[in-house]
Amino acid sequence: MGILDFLKRKPEATAGVAKERLRIIVAQERSTRGGPDYLPLLRNELLEVIRKYVNVDVEAVNVSLERDSGHEVLELSVALPDGKVVGKPAASAS
Amino acid sequence: MTEIIVVTSGKGGVGKTTTSASLATGLAMQGKKVAVIDFDVGLRNLDLIMGCERRVVYDFVNVVHGEATLKQSLIKDKRHENLFVLAASQTRDKDALTQEGVEKVLDELAKENFDFVVCDSPAGIEKGAHLAMYFADHAVVVVNPEVSSVRDSDRILGLLSSKTRRAEKGEAPIKQHLLLTRYNPNRVEAGEMLSVKDVEEILGISVVGVIPESENVLAASNAGVPVILDDNSNAGAAYKDTVARILGEERPLRFLEPVKKGFLKRVFGG
Ligand SMILES: Nc1ncnc2c1ncn2[C@@H]1O[C@H](COP(=O)(O)OP(=O)(O)OP(=O)(O)O)[C@@H](O)[C@H]1O
Ligand SMILES: [Mg+2]
Repeated sequence: MGILDFLKRKPEATAGVAKERLRIIVAQERSTRGGPDYLPLLRNELLEVIRKYVNVDVEAVNVSLERDSGHEVLELSVALPDGKVVGKPAASAS
Repeated sequence: MTEIIVVTSGKGGVGKTTTSASLATGLAMQGKKVAVIDFDVGLRNLDLIMGCERRVVYDFVNVVHGEATLKQSLIKDKRHENLFVLAASQTRDKDALTQEGVEKVLDELAKENFDFVVCDSPAGIEKGAHLAMYFADHAVVVVNPEVSSVRDSDRILGLLSSKTRRAEKGEAPIKQHLLLTRYNPNRVEAGEMLSVKDVEEILGISVVGVIPESENVLAASNAGVPVILDDNSNAGAAYKDTVARILGEERPLRFLEPVKKGFLKRVFGG
């Protein structure tokens, strides 16, 4: 790389990555906010169990607490990768 | 009626004390009677930014413990006679402040007909930050265009709407004002920094002001003069706009456009 290139070298345009990461984490943290402290832990353990069978993404598991007229409902949703359900347990999730 | 404003953020070092000093000064410039309180027990700093560090005799904890009266402890600003500073204690005892103690001081300020009490919160979400926000009517949430600051401010917005007196009593919620500081339009244009719109979209709330990153802020803190009093700085002007908006005025956002660089800077960067 020439000296001028070096001097002109700029940081990468990473704001888009930051925005996308924040969008996901903020939504996730909001969904368990005000709920019991074990929700994030529960979510992680569920993720590990699910990963024994299906190779899902961290973002695929969503746990949220809904309050409605006196009841609390724990809502759990798992987005499965299309057509990629594995029959035997996948290698242990890391 | 006395309105209590907390300046808070979660993350440390984002500009709470800088903002508290300029906000309190700006409100006083509008003729309001204002007290600004440093809640950062053990790390007193607001006195330096306000330029009154050598006049601190008694502090917030002394008043709470009845070791001094409020009158003795309020430091009158050199520049505005309707502006007063209450310094943080330098004690290492983090439990020196109690909810009852804070309430007592705030009630007394209300009796003295203060229009505004600005509470400069410590960083974090521990006791000090909790006490600073608990009695608030308004919250200025200071955020930088940076991932950890944005995430923390969302956490704080959640606490403001659940763990405060207004929330617990089921009263009208605290008015939340998001203040984006240390904003650099050139880096935003280059795609290196989150934009105002990005931050607003992520947090789902619009900003009350945008304070540009500015060299004048350091100069102001060096001199002990809140940056809002620096008539030649964009940061000062942006703080003036922000104060006006908090008082209900509508003003367009300024200083969001990149500053065009000179030829040499364009070639060599910087
Ligand atoms: N708009 C700005 N432009 C440039 N520098 C700034 C700006 N706002 C704040 N700073 C600088 O950032 C640093 C931290 O500011 P400040 O002390 O106000 O933050 P804080 O949130 O009160 O920190 P703490 O969490 O430790 O209480 C200071 O050095 C200050 O000069
Ligand atoms: Mg501070």
